[in-house]
Amino acid sequence: MSEGTSKKFMFVNRTAPYGTAYALESLEVVLITAAFDQDVSLVFVDDGVWQLKKGQQTKGIETKNFSPTYRALEGYDVEKLYVERESLEARGLAEADLIVDVEVLDSAALGKLMAEQDVVLSF
Amino acid sequence: MLNIVNKSPAERSALDACLRIAAPGAILLIEDAVYAAVRGTTGAAKIAGALDRFKVYALLPDLEARAVADRVIDGVTTVDYGGFVDLVAEHNACQSWL
Amino acid sequence: MKFGILVNEGPYQHQASDSAYLFCKAALAKGHAIQRVFFYHDGVNNSTRLTEPPQDDRNIVTRWSQLAADHGVDLVVCVAAALRRGIKDENLAPGFRISGLGQLVETGIQADRLVTFGD
Repeated sequence: MSEGTSKKFMFVNRTAPYGTAYALESLEVVLITAAFDQDVSLVFVDDGVWQLKKGQQTKGIETKNFSPTYRALEGYDVEKLYVERESLEARGLAEADLIVDVEVLDSAALGKLMAEQDVVLSF
Repeated sequence: MLNIVNKSPAERSALDACLRIAAPGAILLIEDAVYAAVRGTTGAAKIAGALDRFKVYALLPDLEARAVADRVIDGVTTVDYGGFVDLVAEHNACQSWL
Repeated sequence: MKFGILVNEGPYQHQASDSAYLFCKAALAKGHAIQRVFFYHDGVNNSTRLTEPPQDDRNIVTRWSQLAADHGVDLVVCVAAALRRGIKDENLAPGFRISGLGQLVETGIQADRLVTFGD
């Protein structure tokens, strides 16, 4: 890899946690990408916003609760977290329900941001 | 941006999300998403309504496999795998709406 | 142009692996290069040589191996996803190698385009 190459990577999360492994395994890619010193942003759309819901208790399904990892992203210099306003509202959620600080954007603003990316990964 | 959608709009919200969020550009329908290009479906109505913002393509081998290649709505261009490759190459980036 | 490919689903259940393969074949036919195919999530199941489809069906695993043999395509299976699903060096088909997620990020950086095939 050539030194100092930095691209804009965006991770689009559209799936809820636990029902499938996409959310968890997506997070693993995010952490690795940050370690490569790339410009990383995360987007939560549709059921993906459920990944950020506060208060997840996974003991009863005997699965690891990975939601605290979102709070650890800051330590990896991943600070660009975006949530689509329409998706949030359609699920009866407000920013206060989320486990981390995010920037809430409307669909058009989000689309504009996506168009500026070099690599968009969707899980 | 080339937006790639692969799920039937009758089953998943991927096409809806793409049409709602994506900036104007191109959409390629592959796999089960090709049903969105089929005349008379609710998906085709959504595609028709977005043709002013998006150039829409559908993958011909996937249409043929599903016996709907003769029912593609006006305004949607069919491409083969070579055309799929060209579309990816022509756009600055691509995004699969999974 | 250099293409990177990400395959997120296993063979036979989803069309993702077939679509990815046909895309690679078409790209190579047009003179493009496939920088790497990265297998993630259930996509790691494309790499086991224990796969035995019926005679009249396509052999998805062998097809990928053949692509690697004919064109030198780098087929990389994510180690974490593979170990979770019982994919190890001892049951890996020819042409595949197991490595870290960093290989996916590297593909995103080095390839001109990264195309994802999934569910």
